Amino acid sequence: MSEPGPLSFHVPAPAVRPGGTPDFSDVPISRAGEVRRPPVDCAPADIRDLAFSIIRVLDRNSNAVGPWAGLLSDAELLEGLRHMMTLRAFDARMQMAQRQGKTSFYMQHLGEEAVSCAFRKALEPGDMNFPTYRQAGLLIAGGYPMRDMMNQIYSNELDPLKGRQLPVMYSSKEHGFFSISGNLATQYIQAVGWAMASAMKRDTRIAAGWIGDGSTAESDFHAALVFASTYKAPVVLNIVNNQWAISTFQGIARGGSGTFAARGLGFGIPALRVDGNDYPAVHAVARWAVERARRNLGPTLVEYVTYRVGAHSTSDDPSAYRPKTESDAWPLGDPVLRLKTHLIQRGAWSEDRHKQAEAEILSEVIAVQKEAESHGTLHTGPHPSARDMFEGVFEHMPPHLRRQRQQGGV
Amino acid sequence: MPRRTMVEAIRDAMDVCMARDDNVVVFGEDVGYFGGVFRCTQGLQQKYGSSRCFDAPISESGIVGAAVGMAAYGLRPCVEIQFADYMYPAYDQIVSEAARLRYRSAGGFTAPMVVRMPTGGGIFGGQTHSQSPEALFTHVSGLKTVVPSNPYDAKGLLIAAIEDNDPVIFLEPKRLYNGPFDGHHDRPVTPWSRHPQGEVPDGHYTVPLGKAVVRREGTAVTVLAYGTMVFVAEAAAQETGIDAEIIDLRTLVPYDLDLIVASVKKTGRCVVVHEATLTSGFGAELSALVQENCFHHIEAPIVRVAGWDTPYPHAQEWDYFPGPARVGRALKAVMEA
Repeated sequence: MSEPGPLSFHVPAPAVRPGGTPDFSDVPISRAGEVRRPPVDCAPADIRDLAFSIIRVLDRNSNAVGPWAGLLSDAELLEGLRHMMTLRAFDARMQMAQRQGKTSFYMQHLGEEAVSCAFRKALEPGDMNFPTYRQAGLLIAGGYPMRDMMNQIYSNELDPLKGRQLPVMYSSKEHGFFSISGNLATQYIQAVGWAMASAMKRDTRIAAGWIGDGSTAESDFHAALVFASTYKAPVVLNIVNNQWAISTFQGIARGGSGTFAARGLGFGIPALRVDGNDYPAVHAVARWAVERARRNLGPTLVEYVTYRVGAHSTSDDPSAYRPKTESDAWPLGDPVLRLKTHLIQRGAWSEDRHKQAEAEILSEVIAVQKEAESHGTLHTGPHPSARDMFEGVFEHMPPHLRRQRQQGGV
Repeated sequence: MPRRTMVEAIRDAMDVCMARDDNVVVFGEDVGYFGGVFRCTQGLQQKYGSSRCFDAPISESGIVGAAVGMAAYGLRPCVEIQFADYMYPAYDQIVSEAARLRYRSAGGFTAPMVVRMPTGGGIFGGQTHSQSPEALFTHVSGLKTVVPSNPYDAKGLLIAAIEDNDPVIFLEPKRLYNGPFDGHHDRPVTPWSRHPQGEVPDGHYTVPLGKAVVRREGTAVTVLAYGTMVFVAEAAAQETGIDAEIIDLRTLVPYDLDLIVASVKKTGRCVVVHEATLTSGFGAELSALVQENCFHHIEAPIVRVAGWDTPYPHAQEWDYFPGPARVGRALKAVMEA
């Protein structure tokens, strides 16, 4: 070996930037049906390979194949399709409403609808999600009223959060949806804490934590894995790897580790990767992980491999950092299209019925939107009162806040 | 009346709360089997089992973050950060999460939890075992910040904090754990067992949050203090012969403005003391409050005595610590102004 020269500094970069031709040929994609389905009480050490493969159910010909297939009936799959279509229509209308100045900000799910919609159906009433800002499918698929979501987005007079939160930072204890912070990764360790509490109280409810690929770099992610592993907390730890953290490609957070799921291995936490655009696969893996938690077998780490087709938020323009055609080149396709084609293949659905459902869903979303807007938008009001701004900081308003409210003349 | 050290009083407060409410849980670094490096949780694991009192990984953000999740579930966690100086990794969980949860969820989720941490200097702890970070909490909306100065108050305030439905930062002046300390580091420590405030009743009682108390009545000047500095101020008053009225704030937020204003209007003078660094310290808030509310009654400029704006040093501890000589000089200055 020769004498070492000066050191060099390494900064990972995506293979292709704007102007280039997207190429995912080096992304290893498992064949649908090829990844085994271990028993839920398997030893984590026996399934380390599952942190590097991708569990898939729907194959290229839209057939459901392999050991993870067959858990859902036609009716359940049709319901799932409807949830994803509803979320997509909801997103499109709210994205437009933001562009029309009716609210300040919006974040859509385009391409990622299957992850939260399918996961929600694996939970039981009373279970608690600790979501990020891109899991509204948990609410849609959980039956939370779209009207309340829109009232929150518009910060109008019926906003359940009283105008205090940025749009999409929903909160509903009744629907198992923990208040979204907007600070990244904080919810991951909180999910573990909630799950620890459930075990301490000998309850039967479990928790699910959510995080994006970029935020796995936060220390709270690692704290969550330590606590979950140490106390065998009944929690499903979800990583939604949508390839992009605003403009930062996933290689910056991932570092030299092969996959995000592999982070679980050092903690002895079973770690699975799943095709995030494959509704039945997401649901099957979610069921597996939820069952582990429910049977007191401890935490599971699940990486959903997906792609953020839209911008990070209404304040972002992805054309500045990735090729415009990159989402078309994404090898795992579109979750709505894939489930639709599968259902047609099964004889449970048709192009006509799909078009009809699209129209029905759109008119339903528009009707709810009109109703929400009749109670105000951020632009026009009415809003929650300025007086209300001082409420709820504490259970009982302390004297200094009372004085400030008087000074504010409200 | 039983006598207890501040450590015993704090332990007793947790014991009382754990016995009364199964939802009270206690954890932190070295807190379980061993009972904490200052012994504040000694015996609790044996008494209540390891699902109510247990050891945590060395991860302050993990400890506080898990506590937020537990509180959202419905428990009342009382967690220990081993030294206030170690709090910084947990600051996001305290500021952005525990403090804001009730507000941002419009009451859907709350964080009834206590974060205990030993604070302050006087033990040759150097820069990482001596800080007084209370102003980092008092500046945050949604937090209550408590600093007891004696065993009786420590027990009553901690019970009140655990029973409170909002997050409370509970700063324990570690130099007071075993006895009062007036800043005369070269004199032997008087144990709490020989001090009237070491009398701590058995069972349940509370000292209400947000209520200050007059420790020494006087007519010449009001001294606003908390924690260790209450005893330093008492020593300074005695040694200068100045008839100071010494107020022990006990709770910094919400603060007891009525008591502060009544005292300053009576004395017409005010000295504010704390161990923490001067600039943007809680003393700045107190000075502003006195100025805003007592301007026409003040006969001299308000004087602050605080830690210097340096990191907390090791060898120079007693040059740094605002002891009775410095407080005494401030008392004289404000009387002569």
